[in-house]
Amino acid sequence: MKEQFDNEMKLEFISKSSNEAFARISVAAFASQLDPTIEELSDIKTAVSEAVTNCIIHGYENKQGIVKIIARLKENEIIIEISDNGKGIENVEIAKEPLYTTKPNLERSGMGFTIMENFMDSMEVESIVGLGTKVTMSKIISKPEEDEEISQDFLMITKD
Amino acid sequence: MESKFYEKDKLLVFKITEEIDDFSVQKIRRKADYEIERYMPKRVVFDFDNVTFMDSAGIGLIIGRYKFANMLGGTLEVANLTNNVKKIFEMSGILKLIPITELAVS
Repeated sequence: MKEQFDNEMKLEFISKSSNEAFARISVAAFASQLDPTIEELSDIKTAVSEAVTNCIIHGYENKQGIVKIIARLKENEIIIEISDNGKGIENVEIAKEPLYTTKPNLERSGMGFTIMENFMDSMEVESIVGLGTKVTMSKIISKPEEDEEISQDFLMITKD
Repeated sequence: MESKFYEKDKLLVFKITEEIDDFSVQKIRRKADYEIERYMPKRVVFDFDNVTFMDSAGIGLIIGRYKFANMLGGTLEVANLTNNVKKIFEMSGILKLIPITELAVS
């Protein structure tokens, strides 16, 4: 049996850095179904932007390839998979270290994975050299508490 | 990105008006380096007031311009950091190196 999700979307695009804004805005639009706060949405956009940049700059090294995004919603959680069929990462643990970068000459800060880890609730990297890399991240969207209070007040008023 | 040079104070202000990612940063970098070289400012300020999005490309952008301005004898500061921008700069530790300034020029 396939794992059940409330909703799912898939997106594929050519590995051009001009598509980064398209990618993060599309995922954010999908995530908005969970009614996230502006900050939560901004965190998701940043994490997606980091992962997509990695596919383009490191996975494909600016050669043409396809970046794939699958986003799923389950209750109040969004799970996002971003993958490429690029060169892969030899040592994922080292790559995840803050400030580690293989491209300092391009003014890369080496903060991509650190930002994904901090802005999302979970992040996993699977990579096979020569085959590609897949990043899976998830974030739980807080339930709007104020709304509940309002609806309770509303109930009390209607009882009167 | 808009830029303005204040001759009297040798102050060069960059007001970034676009989202900052790996794509947009290439153009911003070129323009900033060109203007820094042209005016040789004592002080460079990057104003983030209109920045609605920034990812880690912004860290490299600021560190790179900091080094370049320094090399030409100037200093670099950042102003009007939005929440998203501040969070990323704080995480990277560059605010230990680069001061936040109160910028009140229009």
